Amino acid sequence: MILTRRTTLSLRVVALTYLGILVALPIVLIFFRTFEDGFGAFWDQITTPAAISALSLSLLIVAIVVPINVVFGIVTALALVRGRFRGRGVVQAIVDLPFAVSPIVVGASLILLWGSGGYFGFLESTGFKVIFALPGMILATIFVTLPFVVREVEPVLHEIGEEQEQAAATLGASRWQTFWRVTLPAIRWGLTYGVVLTVARSLGEFGAVIMVSAGISGESQTLTLLVHSRYIDDHNTFGAYSASTLLMVLALITLLAMTVLDQKRTKDV
Amino acid sequence: MAAPTTTPAHPAARAASKRRLSRRTAGGVGPIGLGVATLWLSLIVLAPLAAITIKSFENGLGGFVDAIDAPAARAALLVTLGVSLAVALINVVLGTLIAWVLVRDDFRGKSLVNALIDLPFALPTIVASIVLLSLYGPQSPFDIQLNATRPGLVVALLFVTLPFVVRSVQPVLIELDREVEQAAASLGASNLTIFRKIVLPTLAPAVLGGAGLAFTRAIGEYGSVVLIGGGIPKETEVASQYIQKQIEIDRFVNAAAVSVTLLLIAFVVLFTLRTLGGRAARREEHAG
Repeated sequence: MILTRRTTLSLRVVALTYLGILVALPIVLIFFRTFEDGFGAFWDQITTPAAISALSLSLLIVAIVVPINVVFGIVTALALVRGRFRGRGVVQAIVDLPFAVSPIVVGASLILLWGSGGYFGFLESTGFKVIFALPGMILATIFVTLPFVVREVEPVLHEIGEEQEQAAATLGASRWQTFWRVTLPAIRWGLTYGVVLTVARSLGEFGAVIMVSAGISGESQTLTLLVHSRYIDDHNTFGAYSASTLLMVLALITLLAMTVLDQKRTKDV
Repeated sequence: MAAPTTTPAHPAARAASKRRLSRRTAGGVGPIGLGVATLWLSLIVLAPLAAITIKSFENGLGGFVDAIDAPAARAALLVTLGVSLAVALINVVLGTLIAWVLVRDDFRGKSLVNALIDLPFALPTIVASIVLLSLYGPQSPFDIQLNATRPGLVVALLFVTLPFVVRSVQPVLIELDREVEQAAASLGASNLTIFRKIVLPTLAPAVLGGAGLAFTRAIGEYGSVVLIGGGIPKETEVASQYIQKQIEIDRFVNAAAVSVTLLLIAFVVLFTLRTLGGRAARREEHAG
């Protein structure tokens, strides 16, 4: 299609105006509102005891979820790529399932399974509280982040094939040696990319986590729950903006890491 | 090829020997790995979803229907579907337009605009809510009030679903052979004809796929609409807010029934898209 200069320009104006109003302007405004009273006011809001506790809880969840997802993600990806078994299509679909499930439905499902009245509710009578406690928040986060590592590692495993692993095995390497020296180095960038996505989603998850959290300020609030409760319960709009800005900075770092990793990944292959 | 001892000429024989080889090489995880993966997926994903499905039918099929036919539940589902449909349609038009501008146009700062598209995916949904409220809420600098209105819901959902259509159309547009368009133009076809007969048919599967993903994301969305939507029953309360409230007041069957309805809608949409996409790919294969 050969468009006239006028058509091209008007299409450009429409696209940029839409993006400006929908994305750019609101984000600039938040940054402005956060820093209009200087950096000190922002700093005070994100270093209150409740904010520090929220940040630590968010980081604790990330620190637990990431290693679990890495181990089970690699095992699942290996089984899907290298294994030849019936029902592989079903397993593939289950891996993608979390993308299609609403976060609130995730939370509700976990309550109905692990909650005191749920099907695994007997656990609570043994003193192991899942729902409205840390294990529930971890289960919710694992649910929503489960596809990332699998889906990033899987194509790389396809790409590298089995020849190098077979060569290693022929030369007498054990399964573990082959994994550590051949497979893992080959999938490292795909794996890192999956981990970055997992970290970002874990820090940002709200719906699934708020359902299963006890929601006590300074105790069982993550950063996203802090934003919500400051806005809704405390009517502390500035505090909510400040915590949002902190989360936004973390998101921007993620985006940057993704761009860098993407270049590395495509260069490597 | 990996088989060093024999070099079978027949592809089937080669595949069979490869299968034999891979079963005993170190790369695979073996039956234990497969078992671990299956158990893991069952415990984390399937067990909770099974629990909510069983719960939704606790009072039989009649109970399920009653639960989603309750006035508040029906209203929430209809609001959700209506708003999500609007969002998908707007995304079809503007998402395609943005992809077009990003691929075919050239201007300063284009890479920055391109990076901006991914921001809604990276941003936590609750932050999206706060961000939009700062512009369209009670403290709006332009005095635009979308707080607790359906347009407010649409804006919030447009924000979080922005990348779907753009990112699915972009690669197809880059691949699109411009020589065909030039040939058509030299044969006297108008831009409208070229767009209708050449560009649109090629883009359609990608546009539909992106719109379907945007729609399934929109029907389940919670974080970005919870603040700006206001959750007024029968007005702006979406299905996810209804589920959350029903759980809070221990009406588990109601919450489960609406949840399962959302899941079913998402599956139908995704399954239809996959079937359509597969058919389009097959047609392309035959043509090629």
